[in-house]
Amino acid sequence: MTTKKHIISLLSEIADPEIPVITIVELGVVRDIEIITNSSIHLKITPTYSGCPAMKQIEDDVKKKLMENGFTDINIETIYSPAWTTDWITPEAKEKLKAYGIAPPEHTSEDKSWLTGKPKTVQCPQCKSSNTKLISQFGSTACKALYQCQDCLEPFDYFKCI
Amino acid sequence: MDLKTALFNYTLRLGDTNLILGQRLSEWTGHGPFLEEDLALTNIALDITGAAKSFLEYAASVENKGRTEDDLAYFRNDRQFFNVQLTELPNGDYARTIVRQVFMDCFDFYFYQELSKSKDETLAGIAQKSIKEVTYHLRHSSSWVERFGDGTNESHIKAQNALNELWQFTDELFEMNEVDEVLIKEGIAVDLSIVKTKWDQYITELLNKSTLSKPENVFMQTGSRKGVHTEHLGYILAEMQALPRMYPNAKW
Ligand SMILES: [Zn+2]
Repeated sequence: MTTKKHIISLLSEIADPEIPVITIVELGVVRDIEIITNSSIHLKITPTYSGCPAMKQIEDDVKKKLMENGFTDINIETIYSPAWTTDWITPEAKEKLKAYGIAPPEHTSEDKSWLTGKPKTVQCPQCKSSNTKLISQFGSTACKALYQCQDCLEPFDYFKCI
Repeated sequence: MDLKTALFNYTLRLGDTNLILGQRLSEWTGHGPFLEEDLALTNIALDITGAAKSFLEYAASVENKGRTEDDLAYFRNDRQFFNVQLTELPNGDYARTIVRQVFMDCFDFYFYQELSKSKDETLAGIAQKSIKEVTYHLRHSSSWVERFGDGTNESHIKAQNALNELWQFTDELFEMNEVDEVLIKEGIAVDLSIVKTKWDQYITELLNKSTLSKPENVFMQTGSRKGVHTEHLGYILAEMQALPRMYPNAKW
């Protein structure tokens, strides 16, 4: 019988379509795995953002991966509760984001200071300076905000907290 | 009205309001006043269209007649849509788009807070998801209202004009009918009078801060709860539905 651990290791080979350095498991979108038989499986995934266009791609990638590994009956369910938060991104993945040039979410989603218009310091992923400025709350994808480093002047994406 | 019909209509109303607003906002894509704003509005349109998908998907499953969310979006006529009229109005200039947006964002912000406590788990889940996104939207639109109102003479006039024109569509946001009545009793729907109080307070404070004046004694438009719309909805649907209606089996 296939184990959950095995399925997780398979899914860990699937990169996020928009941020290819982290996997969908590290991102925290896979919420539940139920193995019914060696060929039948039920998965629950949750979207990062409501309109995230990558969700369809993730679903297709998961189906393909599981089919290649002998599953013929694959049921993928999208769940909304509990809602995805940036807290579910693993610490390892946050390091990978930084190395890739995206500033990872700086605080937990419980911390609401970002709502009051006083965002916390975000470190430049290039030169590590804390002298950075918010350019726009909305960046290249739904999950990111646009910042600029005031020291090295590089603009960069910040994975914003939700 | 039975519970299932009420739930279907309620979810459809939420789905349609988000769908039409998302469609309208996405018209700005590639036409924003500057790059960051173009990206911002496009992202906001995407979040809102995403919420529409979630609601319509649920509406289709509640109805349980084999229709999908795409069938609901593309194969209904204007009289079968229940979005509030505010969402279907043309974008106009940027001040007008922003004023409409702050009305909607503020409504959504308080509405989703209440809906997240719904006894219907799916509706509560979608609300919990959306509220995080709407918080960003509201901050965005509010900061622009302040900039326009307290900005130059020109921007102030444009924002005030937009307020004067759009105010008549705000009452509709809070209208309740039999659908709400049936569902409030079950702890599923939101009592919109609670949302109205909070909305009024937020908007009044924002307008004061922005040196804009709140329109008074305005005749209020109504109709969308019964599927009655302005002339503008037909044109949006014509554009949005053209492809699937011409090629009903098209896949994308
Ligand atoms: Zn730097």
